[in-house]
Amino acid sequence: MTQVFLGMPAGGQGNLFESEPFPKAAHRELGNTQMRKNLRHATHTIRDKRLKVVGELPDWEALRDAGSTIKNNSMATLEERLLEFEKNFTARGGVVHWARDADEANKIVTELVKATGSQEVVKVKSMATQEIGLNEHLETEGIDAFETDLAELIVQLGHDKPSHILVPAIHKNRTEVRDIFLKEMPVVDPNLTDEPAKLAEAARAHLRKKFLAAKVAISGANFALADTGTLGVVESEGNGRMCLTLPETLITVMGIEKVLPHWEDVEVFMQLLPRSSTGERMNPYTSLWTGVTEDDGPQNVHIVLLDNGRTRALADRFGRTALNCIRCSACMNVCPVYERTGGHAYGSTYPGPIGAILSPLLTGIEVEENGSLPYASSLCGACYEACPVKINIPEILVHLRGDDVDAKREKHKLPTQMDLLMKGGSWALGKGKNIGLLEKALPLGRLAAGKDKKIKKLPGIAAGWTQSRDIPAPPNKSFRDWWSDEKESK
Amino acid sequence: MSAKDEILSRIRSALADTPATEEVPREYRTTSEMNEEQLIELLVDRLVDYKAGVEVIEAAQIPEFVAAKLKDASSVVYPQGLDTAWLSALGQNVEQRIDAPGARLSVAELDATSAVVTSSAVSVAESGTIILDGQPDQGRRAISLVPDHHVCIVPISTIVQLLPEAMPRLSITRPLTWISGPSATSDIELERVEGVHGPRTLDVLMVRGL
Repeated sequence: MTQVFLGMPAGGQGNLFESEPFPKAAHRELGNTQMRKNLRHATHTIRDKRLKVVGELPDWEALRDAGSTIKNNSMATLEERLLEFEKNFTARGGVVHWARDADEANKIVTELVKATGSQEVVKVKSMATQEIGLNEHLETEGIDAFETDLAELIVQLGHDKPSHILVPAIHKNRTEVRDIFLKEMPVVDPNLTDEPAKLAEAARAHLRKKFLAAKVAISGANFALADTGTLGVVESEGNGRMCLTLPETLITVMGIEKVLPHWEDVEVFMQLLPRSSTGERMNPYTSLWTGVTEDDGPQNVHIVLLDNGRTRALADRFGRTALNCIRCSACMNVCPVYERTGGHAYGSTYPGPIGAILSPLLTGIEVEENGSLPYASSLCGACYEACPVKINIPEILVHLRGDDVDAKREKHKLPTQMDLLMKGGSWALGKGKNIGLLEKALPLGRLAAGKDKKIKKLPGIAAGWTQSRDIPAPPNKSFRDWWSDEKESK
Repeated sequence: MSAKDEILSRIRSALADTPATEEVPREYRTTSEMNEEQLIELLVDRLVDYKAGVEVIEAAQIPEFVAAKLKDASSVVYPQGLDTAWLSALGQNVEQRIDAPGARLSVAELDATSAVVTSSAVSVAESGTIILDGQPDQGRRAISLVPDHHVCIVPISTIVQLLPEAMPRLSITRPLTWISGPSATSDIELERVEGVHGPRTLDVLMVRGL
């Protein structure tokens, strides 16, 4: 970090970065027609389902208002909430650990696993552990981590990367999944069909022994309740219940922004989350646990509270509401950009509209790699309308674009083409006389357009505009000239 | 500085502008006008949609229906606090295994058990959600998870329409399991299919007069 940002909390590390600028990655991903077909099918299916179950609730907007305010309040009082949670979780026999960043969280988890003597762990799908690259870290420490969520399993077996926060294998269709299973599962029926029910059955058989023998599980958490010390995991398959119930040791890694003030707040989020994410009235299974319960479930229970850039995002008063995100994925399912580029183009663990604001907020916008993410949007606003906690994603995108321009100016010192263009624009649009003067040059534009009356290539940074569209030749005279002529002739 | 102290100090500096908290607008529905028959109808509709088996019966019919649901089972586990009269009509072929404090079935034993019978704490009709809270008639979480077939008793008096109505009936710090249908996944092309790791068959007996 440069000294310019001295005093800002440290940015996050781990899988939060673009590996290349978004326009470049998007260009390549767009060429993958199979993926685009898969994504189009999946996102349209989920859109319809979501609209139907959301439409059933007459008080949906009231729930969104409540959810948004609860989250704002929680962020505004984050220190008290975390301390309250720590006190209650500890009183019930759980152990709380704090991690400044990805490295520290990975080390804590590794030590906890090693202390059990186990060489392998089963995992419940978790964005936080994806973000910190926990599986890769455990592997270097000689510990095998087995993903148990079906989509995570597909990604892990396929040596692939997640492309969606809820359905990490959304870019694969059923036939591709079948092929991965046939190739990678040690024991599998060679006549396995691509029927989703058969594929689910194959996953059940593949993981059953692992669940029954597992000594250590690692999970994320959808929420933590400050006033009771309770944690919750929302899931569908029962792999979560297996991991949260059968092993002796349970380690949960959770971002500090997941804490809710009151246990009653569950009634709001458990209405908002399932309908927004899988488009169901309720997900098949939700588990809540408070520390250790004697004779029921893991007796060695830990939580790692993770910062990794969250306090940095919190310091951005215009961007901090991005931390209200409950990871439902409704925004990516409705996003026209995500639907076409897919999740891999965003580089970070968090793709789609929320990723385009969350990743740069966590790392800092001045981090070169994430500078292009806030531009990965048409600002159509569909994400804002779909967001169950009303995060104004388009507004934050515009704010971050401003920050990006400022950060670049800071770096280059000399005015950029964009600065000059904006300066010119401000002069031209500042006075009617000025723009009138410029309009005298319209015939020049006609000249540039040539015979087919189209301008095909603009110079400098304006070339970006003509990269995928032509500009029609300008008219002989401007509207303003035409208007004054009309008035005179009357 | 410890990690905890550093994170808390980062939070304080991040919130230097002291954002205000607001009263949470709780304008959403918290009470329902539905009568018992409407609640039953709504819950049945939701559970059927999730592909659960559902019967609405009288209390006296429980043994008969439990036996019918378990006619193909070779063994069944039940928690110590369950009313054993409910299992009184089970065939000789169904071995009954009790799970009690001090006499817990191992995971392997549970895996070798075909079914489980439990009661439930409260059910939410609007979302088709049955909540187990680990009371003695529901048992610890593992018994309703590992066997592949769950027969769950839902007393009609425990049904509410809305989730906010269920909250006061829950002890949040007990280990809670919310069940909305048999295990399922939407991970392949976002289409829901039933039957993954949790019980693949869920039979719900909704009991009047209980």
